[in-house]
Amino acid sequence: MDYYLQILLIVGIFITLTLSLNLINGFCGQFSLGHAGFWGAGAYASALYSVYYALPMTNSLNMLLALIVGFIAAALCGLLIGVPCLRLKGDYLAIATLGFGEIVRITITMTEKVGGPRGFINIPHWANIYWVYTIALITIFFMFNLKRSAFGRAIISIREDEIAAENMGVNLFKSKLFSFIIGAGIAGMAGALFAHTQQFLHPSNFNFMWSVIILVMVILGGQGSVTGSVIGAIVLTILPEFLRFVGGTISEWRMTIFPILLIVLMMSRPEGLFGAQELRWRFKKEKA
Amino acid sequence: MSASALLNLNQVTMKFGGLTAVNNVSLAVNPKDLVALIGPNGAGKTTLFNTITGIYKPTTGRVVFNNIDLKKTKSSDIAELGIARTFQNIRLFKNLTVIDNIKLAKHTRIHYGFWSGIFRTKKFLLEEKKIETECLKLLALFGLEHKKNLLAKNLSYGEQRKLEMARALGSEPKLLLLDEPAAGMNPTETKDLTDLIHLIRDQFNIAIILIEHDMKLVMEIAEKIFVLDYGNLIAEGAPKEIQNNPRVIEAYLGVESEDKS
Repeated sequence: MDYYLQILLIVGIFITLTLSLNLINGFCGQFSLGHAGFWGAGAYASALYSVYYALPMTNSLNMLLALIVGFIAAALCGLLIGVPCLRLKGDYLAIATLGFGEIVRITITMTEKVGGPRGFINIPHWANIYWVYTIALITIFFMFNLKRSAFGRAIISIREDEIAAENMGVNLFKSKLFSFIIGAGIAGMAGALFAHTQQFLHPSNFNFMWSVIILVMVILGGQGSVTGSVIGAIVLTILPEFLRFVGGTISEWRMTIFPILLIVLMMSRPEGLFGAQELRWRFKKEKA
Repeated sequence: MSASALLNLNQVTMKFGGLTAVNNVSLAVNPKDLVALIGPNGAGKTTLFNTITGIYKPTTGRVVFNNIDLKKTKSSDIAELGIARTFQNIRLFKNLTVIDNIKLAKHTRIHYGFWSGIFRTKKFLLEEKKIETECLKLLALFGLEHKKNLLAKNLSYGEQRKLEMARALGSEPKLLLLDEPAAGMNPTETKDLTDLIHLIRDQFNIAIILIEHDMKLVMEIAEKIFVLDYGNLIAEGAPKEIQNNPRVIEAYLGVESEDKS
């Protein structure tokens, strides 16, 4: 049972993470490869709070505060990296954010207080599946409604054509910075949830590979699609686990079969599972 | 420099390194004027447009719109003041629907706050509804109403040009800049465009500046023509005057060589 619960937890956390990257990458069109950095910054900051500075309150209130700490820490990182780097475009921005992600990871490794290379232990078990999915649902709600408001439209117009967007009165820098800060902050909350469900953090959880995996989830689901991000996160978390149980050769070769499936999918649907579209019935469900 | 003019360029010079793209140009456009800006390729027409819309800041000189000096105005604030434009190479939001393209033009006219949008308050819903009605009206005027849910990239070339114009009008401008609207159009489409430009001017009561190479179109609709050559304003006047202006003919056709001996 624990095994399935663990997968459910990871799915929920990755839904939040994928949505947060979709805001930066899918909505705003800014190619960021440092998302694991934001995730890690949020995870470690919130764990730092709960291990060393926790206030004498109930666990729930403390968890709420840990989420806020995670959000703020990651959002600050977003601001810090966003201001100088958002003048860059495309590949150049990707390389700059990649560098940022590594800075976070190495800073964590070098900091003795959070366990350094040995990992951060004894994090209290404050969060559970309900916390994880509440945050995921709030993020889904936020992203859906953002997409359909004027602010979301403005952010999406930047992805489509910066010059035309600016000409329509969209402030490019502010809108890009907004998506960077909020995207980073939400990733930070996902980090806080990760820390307080797993009770253990290791710098290698937040290396470059994970930035790529989150990016793959966004692209597989469809850049700009909220439904797509949810499905992308679910499929990419469950599929490798599922292949584990098929048995025989398939299980042995699962980490080869998995990428092949990705290649096939990208060749047949380059815009991702959902393109930029949403499932209709989801709208109704969200409102309720 | 007249105070009644909507747009005043006062000795505007635009240099890129050693290249002077626009040299000491002064001109005035009054409200509801329909003027054309012509000149050979590379004369600096589009650069002048970019200077007016704040994409470039003039090296020297001043751009004054509605008695506001645009020197300190950010490019993204120009739309709110009332300048809209189309682009020489169409710049639509290709992967958005036709109606969303127009809705984006309303960006500076939106009054509801951020959280109002997230929680879909009554104010948000009412305002979005109003915007939708306005956008549909605009689309109907351009005959694109039935295509409102298509992606902009799936429209035909002529329709994309129209949509770009509709989008520019969506921001409720006082001055509309059209950069080669007839480029790539066949004679029938050009004829439609001529009617459309007239219609826009009459319905919206705005000033229009037009860059165009199609002289038939220019001579037919422009009330006044400015001619640029190598960044210099070499002539301005009514279409008839421009047609017979020796400097204009020289710029377009060259001058006959005199030392043939």
